[in-house]
Amino acid sequence: MGSDLSAMKAVMLRDIKTSLRQPQDLLNPLLFFILVVMLFPLGVSPEVEFLQPAGGGILWVAALLSVLLSLDHLFRHDFDDGTLEQLMLQPQPLFLLVLAKSIAHWLLTGLPLVVLTPLLAVMVHLEGNSIGVLCLTLLIGTPVLSLIGAIGAALTLGLRSAGVLLSLMIIPLYIPVLIFGTGTVMAAAEGAAVAGQLALMGAFLALALTLAPFAAAAALRISLSNG
Amino acid sequence: MSEPLLQAVNLHCERDHRTLFRDLSFSILPATLTRVEGPNGSGKTTLLRVLAGLNDNADGQVLWHGEDRGASRESFLRNTLYIGHRPGIKAMLTPLENLQALTAGRGGCPDSALRQALAGTGLSGFEDIPCRRLSAGQQRRVALARLLVADEPLWILDEIFTAIDAQGVEALERLLVQRVAEGGSIILTTHHDLRVPGMERIRLGDSDHEEVSHGL
Amino acid sequence: MWQIFHKLGSPKWFYGIASRLMPWLLWVGVALFIAGVIWGLAFAPPERLQGNSYRIIYIHVPAAFLAQSVYVMMAVAAVVTLVWRMKLADVFVKSVAPIGALLTFLALFTGAVWGKPTWGTWWVWDARLTSMLILMLLYAGAIALGRAIQDEKSSARAVAVLVLVGVVNIPIIQYSVEWWNTLHQPSTFKLTEKPKMASEMWVPLLMAILGLYMLFGWLACLRMQTEVLVREGRTRWVKELIQQGGTR
Repeated sequence: MGSDLSAMKAVMLRDIKTSLRQPQDLLNPLLFFILVVMLFPLGVSPEVEFLQPAGGGILWVAALLSVLLSLDHLFRHDFDDGTLEQLMLQPQPLFLLVLAKSIAHWLLTGLPLVVLTPLLAVMVHLEGNSIGVLCLTLLIGTPVLSLIGAIGAALTLGLRSAGVLLSLMIIPLYIPVLIFGTGTVMAAAEGAAVAGQLALMGAFLALALTLAPFAAAAALRISLSNG
Repeated sequence: MSEPLLQAVNLHCERDHRTLFRDLSFSILPATLTRVEGPNGSGKTTLLRVLAGLNDNADGQVLWHGEDRGASRESFLRNTLYIGHRPGIKAMLTPLENLQALTAGRGGCPDSALRQALAGTGLSGFEDIPCRRLSAGQQRRVALARLLVADEPLWILDEIFTAIDAQGVEALERLLVQRVAEGGSIILTTHHDLRVPGMERIRLGDSDHEEVSHGL
Repeated sequence: MWQIFHKLGSPKWFYGIASRLMPWLLWVGVALFIAGVIWGLAFAPPERLQGNSYRIIYIHVPAAFLAQSVYVMMAVAAVVTLVWRMKLADVFVKSVAPIGALLTFLALFTGAVWGKPTWGTWWVWDARLTSMLILMLLYAGAIALGRAIQDEKSSARAVAVLVLVGVVNIPIIQYSVEWWNTLHQPSTFKLTEKPKMASEMWVPLLMAILGLYMLFGWLACLRMQTEVLVREGRTRWVKELIQQGGTR
């Protein structure tokens, strides 16, 4: 058990170290996040009457797309340089190592998005309470996006035009998180209690934490069998 | 006669409706070096990946110490070292960090030993330079430095002589011979003309376009 | 028991049994479906609130019903693929996925046609219709993944994993969509609300559902036979079959 934990830590550290040395890869999803949010006032309407009620949804959709964009990196580099093969041949259960990689992915993409959110939330005229709830939903929701996304990234590993395929497969699975994420922000804006919805999102997270790494590990075995 | 380390029983693998190998059975005994031979595309790499447990699309059985490998997977993985075409070296990390990461899941290894291994492959002075600044041959050497600290009884090595200079090849050959003398087992592929006394051979690529019968 | 299971997995055995089964599935299915639909469209009494427009349920409901159960069948086959590596299970998945996608499309289309007189608009983000749309995308994802992976075995197992992940998610998606729906339009008329139906209404519906099931079985067998022939093209039994020049 102790060796499993130290192996997971080593995997996370390696991912974090390599990413920090390529800051552009870290920055891209954040810039994309800002860009997508910016499209709404430009493309639809800059009026407060539109932005304020829609703001939570806009930020959620933008965050979802940013995570989706970053998923391709999750295993691709490791696949290309052979790190993934070595990971699979470690004596620890593969799903734990996949979990470690998913957590690292969230720390490097989801968490920065959450940190950036208050700034963008002000720009779409969200109010204080809503901003807090929005950050909270993203804090619970973005790890789910990373965990489920890992399955898709593992399945499309080594395929041409993996990006579009990944979106096609994964976005339908993201819908529940998106619905509850934005729904909770809306409820908060209307002054309703949101503890129940947040608890439910927590349940999604628990479910994703327990099931997604197994599916992603199985998917990795399949993709590598092909190589 | 000692008990075989690894046994392949009736391995059968086909790819894109082409049979790479079928009814392939052999044993890897302790303290032996086995070379997998065959022309390009005959399935050498695939066979090694099947043996390493990376490719599970093949039919047949792989036994580890006489037991089905699925049942003894952890013990198998703990006692096997695989180095493939893509050796798992991260360009953004230094040679030392790479070795640390690669050995971390296998009980770890003190930095002093890793530095010594890097020196042993001619990389002293390069330990803390990101691998992307090293040449292709040097990057291969980082991966091969693992062999100097590896205590796994079975090594599976795919084309490890690629991009290594003449001197390096000679040193590597010596290392392999010494390893076998110490009781380790090695199965490898190489296009290099390897001279090791008592080398076993597995020949692939003799089965041409036979009819594939799917009976299940 | 084990032997029967293995025999079931043999493409040759399947080919033979399917050939014998298919005429029955086709003709009984056509008879049931047409009888059910004609009865429903022409003879069943009009509905109290919606008048005659409700009659589209004789196509909409069977299509929607079958679209969902096809996905569940695919999930069962996916388990067989992953656990027993039976090739025929994958043949099933690959053959029925496009049928499932087509059925969801049919359900969506008839739902839209139904929506026009009911809500006065072709499309309403109703919970049932939205779930169907998502289901169609799930089908599309599975089909696309299966086509993208060249290697037959890898493709089979990858699609199986995706279908299983999908089937775990479907109830969660449907629950979320229901919740979302109440959030946005609390009191519109919903397709999911089933008013009490007279037996003159539901008997033909049942017939149409059963008929469509059998037609699905026929089409699935046909597509699976084709797929089996393509995959087993170089085996002896397929060559003999072709030399005989017949289908049975």
